[in-house]
Amino acid sequence: MSNLAVVAVLLVLVAVAYQIGLARSRGVALASGVRMHSLPRYHGLLVVLNAALPAIAVYLLWSLFGGSVIEAMVLASLPPEQIPADELQQRVVLQRIQNLASGFGMLGEAQAYEQAAAAYLQSLTTTGQAVTAALMATVAALGLFWSWRGTTPQTRARNKVERAIEIGLIACSAIAIFTTVGIVLSMLGETIRFFQFINPADFFFGTVWNPRFETVGTSGQEGFGLLPLLSGTLLIMIIAMAVAVPLGLMIAIYLAEYAPYHVRNVAKPAIEVLAGIPTVVYGVFALVTVGPFLAGMGELLGVNIRATSALTAGVVMGMMIIPFISSLSDDIITQVPKAMRDGSLALGGTKAETIVKVVLPAALPGIVGAILLGVSKAIGETMIGHGRRQLSGADGQPVRIGFHHHGVHHQPVDRRPGFRQPAVAGGLRPRTDAVRDDAGAQCHRAGGGAQVPRTIRVINDEPTH
Amino acid sequence: MMENNMAQATMGAKLDALPNKPGGGPAASGGIKLSSRDVRVFYGDNEALHGVSMDVMANEVVAFIGPSGCGKSTFLRCFNRMNDTVAGARVTGQITLDGRDIHDHAIDVVQLRAQVGMVFQKPNPFPKPIYENVAYGPRLHGLTSSKSELDQIVESSLRRAGLWEEVKDRLDAPGTGLSGGQQQRLCIARAIAVSPDVILMDEPCSALDPIATAKIEELIHELKENYTIIIVTHNMQQAARVSDRTAFFHLGDLIELGTTSQIFTTPKQQRTEDYVTGRYG
Repeated sequence: MSNLAVVAVLLVLVAVAYQIGLARSRGVALASGVRMHSLPRYHGLLVVLNAALPAIAVYLLWSLFGGSVIEAMVLASLPPEQIPADELQQRVVLQRIQNLASGFGMLGEAQAYEQAAAAYLQSLTTTGQAVTAALMATVAALGLFWSWRGTTPQTRARNKVERAIEIGLIACSAIAIFTTVGIVLSMLGETIRFFQFINPADFFFGTVWNPRFETVGTSGQEGFGLLPLLSGTLLIMIIAMAVAVPLGLMIAIYLAEYAPYHVRNVAKPAIEVLAGIPTVVYGVFALVTVGPFLAGMGELLGVNIRATSALTAGVVMGMMIIPFISSLSDDIITQVPKAMRDGSLALGGTKAETIVKVVLPAALPGIVGAILLGVSKAIGETMIGHGRRQLSGADGQPVRIGFHHHGVHHQPVDRRPGFRQPAVAGGLRPRTDAVRDDAGAQCHRAGGGAQVPRTIRVINDEPTH
Repeated sequence: MMENNMAQATMGAKLDALPNKPGGGPAASGGIKLSSRDVRVFYGDNEALHGVSMDVMANEVVAFIGPSGCGKSTFLRCFNRMNDTVAGARVTGQITLDGRDIHDHAIDVVQLRAQVGMVFQKPNPFPKPIYENVAYGPRLHGLTSSKSELDQIVESSLRRAGLWEEVKDRLDAPGTGLSGGQQQRLCIARAIAVSPDVILMDEPCSALDPIATAKIEELIHELKENYTIIIVTHNMQQAARVSDRTAFFHLGDLIELGTTSQIFTTPKQQRTEDYVTGRYG
């Protein structure tokens, strides 16, 4: 029985149960001649809850525990000499049996005992599903009958349904909370393992980020200092906010207070399009346009600005965040009551005075929220303008251009040849390669150690310069 | 339409009978403060006010009464050009303050609004401390040169609004934390802090309980000494209590203007009589 079929059957059950509940409550009301405590639709919903919830619970129990119970039974059925003591090896054996049973992905010749176990597994699964289906039908029928019998004029169906809704809502928020807790817990294990390799003091206060591993024979040169990553992120974030906050606020004020209706209708979606552009595209933009432009500007001013600088990354990221700040702030400014503006205008305030002294302070909490959202976006996206690559600049001189995506990538060792191409082509295509290569190179360099590279990757989505 | 024209004709006759005609030299104290001639207001293509002419004397309290949607608030907002802030609103006709046309290019709307203050239907204190609420206007117009001067203005404004004793210990508390009646008195204090000549009040007591209303009415009596006040109200007892003259509006027309006692005891127009006796509206 596939999940889809289960859902379909449950939906039919819900519809039928609802109708039964409706009919029953009307019947009871007619028969008794008493006013029912709750409206018929609440009785219908109550019947639905009583019938569907136990069935869903049974199905969930099967989904959660059925698999492991069957696995344990299959494992126990194997000839004793074929059961490995090691848990990991047991997994491998079971995986082989499962592959055999599903007829897919089986490597090597199947042994006789494996064939038997696969057949056993299949029969167990079929039986389990049948039992589950039967159980679901039984509890649903029982629930239906119980609540059909329990429908009386005094039944407080409305209160029960309201209570069920509340519990459902609590369950939804609990899922979000437990996800957070789960993330923290799962990180905790990895972190503890990481700190068994690396001295926490080196990690938090080290100034070199240069992860290498004994397996590739470069031990002794590594550095696991967090500070370069942190400072890079902070620097780019500060530059990004310096670009995005003033621009975004000015845009929001213009849209909310000055723009005529039809201009606002066109300009607002146009700005919001910025938010829909993928990060990678911004990376290309930083690479082929903003970087060289800033470098050129720097030359004019006599300042040496590398195209790979944090300035490029920060400026482009700022542009990326503008719609978050402008659009949210615009909505908030628009929501400041007109009475507030009228109060200031009636005292002889000009439009600008009114905005600065009354409207913005009133909208401040919301604007701060918009800025914080922008900051979180900036921190999450500090990957623009990272990594290294040789590219020809517009002037034919090699320009070092940065673009970073997941991965540790700071050793100056890594030079991929063959990207001396016109800037646009060089910028557009190899980007994706760069991403893939970087990740691959990192895994390769990281070598075997199954736990460590995983940890490194988690920590590493950060810039270093 | 016929009716409107008739009303206009009656109005014209009444205005001619007034002792002080507009344009007769600068208004002295006790003379004409505000004057309107054939003021029409359009919202888009819809004419909401059909040519209203009337004069308001200095230091008098004029009440505008009439059913909802009759244009009395719209007319009130013409005097400080607040209709400018309404998208699609257009005002024609002439309004003078102290004999000067308020729509004249020589008159800055900022200056006009400093001279003609306004109190709104719903108390709308700024989300700032009480002190800052009152100091807002004087700061905008640069009325003071020192902190102590500003303190003085704030205190005297709050005193005149009858709020000083209640808030003097918590001037740093947000104005939005006061009760409804206190908020409205704060708004009045805010309006008089820029020392206007005229105060426009747009149903200032409609959101208040009877006790707070009584305080505001008492305040209007006191403010009359120094200010010209125009008050829009739905409460006819209030109009009778606080005003010297009363204007009755209906469907965008000024139907009748007269002393308050005359309007409430011997109205000349049938519609005025119907309204003040509670037959409709």
